[in-house]
Amino acid sequence: MKNIRLTLVFYIAFLMIPLYWLFNMSLKTNTEILSGFSLWPTNPTLDNYITIFSDAGWYMGYVNSTIYVGLNTIISLAVALPAAYAFSRYRFMGDKHLFFWLLSNRMAPPAVFVLPFFQLYSSIGLFDTHIAVALAHCLFNVPLAVWILEGFMSGIPKEIDETAQIDGYSFGAFFLRIFMPLIKSGIGVAAFFCFMFSWVELLIARTLTSVDAKPIAAVMTRTVSASGLDWGVLAAAGVLTIIPGAIVIWFVRNHIAKGFALGRV
Amino acid sequence: MTLTLNNINLSVDGEVYLSNVTASFKAGIFNTLLGPTLSGKTSLLRILAGLDAPDEGTVKFNNGDITNIPAKKRNIAFVYQQFINYPSFSVFDNIASPLKVAGVSKSEINGRVEKISSLLKIDTMLSRKPSELSGGQQQRVALARALVRNADIILLDEPLGNLDYKLREELRLELPKLFKETNSIVVYATTEPEEALMLGGNIALLSEGKVIQSGPTMDVYRRPQNIQSALTFSDPPINICAARSLEIANAHSIGIRPHHVKLKRRNTADIELNAHVTLSEITGSETFVHSLALDQQWTTAIHGVHHFNAGDEISLYLNPANFIPFDASGNTLAILESEGV
Repeated sequence: MKNIRLTLVFYIAFLMIPLYWLFNMSLKTNTEILSGFSLWPTNPTLDNYITIFSDAGWYMGYVNSTIYVGLNTIISLAVALPAAYAFSRYRFMGDKHLFFWLLSNRMAPPAVFVLPFFQLYSSIGLFDTHIAVALAHCLFNVPLAVWILEGFMSGIPKEIDETAQIDGYSFGAFFLRIFMPLIKSGIGVAAFFCFMFSWVELLIARTLTSVDAKPIAAVMTRTVSASGLDWGVLAAAGVLTIIPGAIVIWFVRNHIAKGFALGRV
Repeated sequence: MTLTLNNINLSVDGEVYLSNVTASFKAGIFNTLLGPTLSGKTSLLRILAGLDAPDEGTVKFNNGDITNIPAKKRNIAFVYQQFINYPSFSVFDNIASPLKVAGVSKSEINGRVEKISSLLKIDTMLSRKPSELSGGQQQRVALARALVRNADIILLDEPLGNLDYKLREELRLELPKLFKETNSIVVYATTEPEEALMLGGNIALLSEGKVIQSGPTMDVYRRPQNIQSALTFSDPPINICAARSLEIANAHSIGIRPHHVKLKRRNTADIELNAHVTLSEITGSETFVHSLALDQQWTTAIHGVHHFNAGDEISLYLNPANFIPFDASGNTLAILESEGV
């Protein structure tokens, strides 16, 4: 028992090292970071964070990312909810093949889609807009959300739908008032996965934006200045990038295992 | 009020679910559909509910054709074998939901939910969620939701099937009383002949998607039209024996219900068969004794708990007055009236 606990402590410590080091760096000045090895900051400073919160070039990165990630999550769920309902409740020609094909979309690397998206969005005037990135990410997020939600929905007996129909509920009222509360953990998990993918995705987001919708991940890759890399600010930006994900994970922590199993636990 | 089915046919993926079903159900009396699993009971109920449409045939309610009218416009209630309630609603909201959708006033909803919940003995748990109730209580909530709305048609698909023995007995006795006070047409599907007998009223026997006999329950039980009816409406299964073996003329085979096979002579006319026990089952208040006589299996149902060992020699006594004679094609010949069934 003691050995297990000790192993766990070491394992967690091992996982936490990069996070700690990032946080440690974010509280140091560039001079201290480059001067040598120190386990904690000798003169802790919040200057790096202040730089980010006061420079529009930095904080707009967060704002842009939040906008398109939020948009993507809403669009993905709005599209995936009815699609997943159809897959879970109706039998139609090719339903099983279509269902598998949806997920196989995720098997292609994002780089494959960068060129067509860039060309298409440029030609219709969507380049460098939040909606462009949000829509592009839907290509990956909608199938995943459909898979997760379908699993959760199939766990709800079809007789509940029929009882509501017999009771006189319109389909919309049934879906919003009876069905959605039953799969709320599934919706939470699907939203989490959409959020996470969109938040960490760099290639498509960077290619489809230049100034107005530039995401934080792209801003972070452009910190090389005449004086070299701004290590401290970069570390502070990294810490701030982790926070939204951590908050979302906190909310869905109890359902995450079922979500990883695509609702089929 | 009358609900009529005319020549209903239904096939799914080439498999026949219902074949030429014609039946009629009236208000004020318990209508039972009895048949084994996969005999078409649920398919028939779903067509009555408007959840499925038949391939052919019509459903008429008071002479109006309702075949193509969707479930939500039919003013029906449906209780499933599984305990189906809205998990996120409280018991009160579950019972009140059809009334709320119909736009009934709040004070009337409160009054009706209160009345029906005390009738079903769930009035103390109105604020709980269905998941906090036992199986029997959950099914009572579903029954309350069906009763509260004064539906024209109440359909019950083996509602006691998932309950344990004790709760089933309790609800079985309560159900006819509960539905007696409604003006609805009540159709109750079950696989258990014993349940159908307890519920009384009218019955339609279903086998392989066909109605094989219908009429008042006791009449159908006493006078099965053919072997199929006798087999469907007997639990444990009726004993069928070649008439020749029992030296009965003018019949091809004879049906004898297990509780008409006695282990003691009751009448001078009784036919005695020497048998040896192959198996005995004690099922609560009854004992089923399976034995071998005249080169075939016999089942005897006797009251009380009795112990028999395999191989025990016993005598079976059959009173010809209880015989149900069948002709070569399985149709029932004239039945001699017995003292009791």
